[in-house]
Amino acid sequence: MLRISAEPIDAGRELKQFESRATSAGGIVTFSGQVRPHAKQGPVDTLFLQAYAPMTETGIESAMAEARTRWDLESILVLHRIGEMHPGDTIVFVATAARHRRAAFEAADFLMDYLKTEAVFWKKEETATGAHWIEPRDDDYADAARWTKKETV
Amino acid sequence: MQKILYFGRLSDVTGTSEEMLNIPPEIETAGALREWLDLRFDASGALLDPTVRIAINSEITFDTAPVSNAAEIAFMPPVGGG
Repeated sequence: MLRISAEPIDAGRELKQFESRATSAGGIVTFSGQVRPHAKQGPVDTLFLQAYAPMTETGIESAMAEARTRWDLESILVLHRIGEMHPGDTIVFVATAARHRRAAFEAADFLMDYLKTEAVFWKKEETATGAHWIEPRDDDYADAARWTKKETV
Repeated sequence: MQKILYFGRLSDVTGTSEEMLNIPPEIETAGALREWLDLRFDASGALLDPTVRIAINSEITFDTAPVSNAAEIAFMPPVGGG
């Protein structure tokens, strides 16, 4: 399941609901991403995230489908916030459930790498010195490339 | 009228993230639209940057694509990730 929304994400509540649905899974892995309090330019006041419906949804849904072909998963949940956020707010929540933990760990890792580099979002940080549009870091691209290598095997 | 969207840093240049526009009939392709809009906004090439991709009706397309029947045309700088 995928949800992109300007509403706050309550990671604890989402995990509880996910657990109650994924009853036959042996393991659940979750990842919560939070708005960082510090940017290169100083303390972050606001983070603004923009998506392009339905392109953003279509892209994430194909990454979720790809995860299902690579790993034996019982269920996947991806929640992503858009709009204005502040430090400490949950920006993304990913949960994967599988019979065995390795599949759940790897699928969550794969989905996060997709979300950090390829997902159709534009991101603006506002600090005391002004607003800056952010692009993925080299590390993010390197993380995402780990999964491309596997495809050629 | 056609809907034009400007994402990310482009909205700082254009001053808006979307607008409804009558594209002149002589502007036939996405590439020509890029050039026309760049001049119109005095954007100094921000819209001409090859990293800015164009989507027509939510499909990434080439500069040679025709725009006359496009309901929605989006100018997309590199995505920032979530």
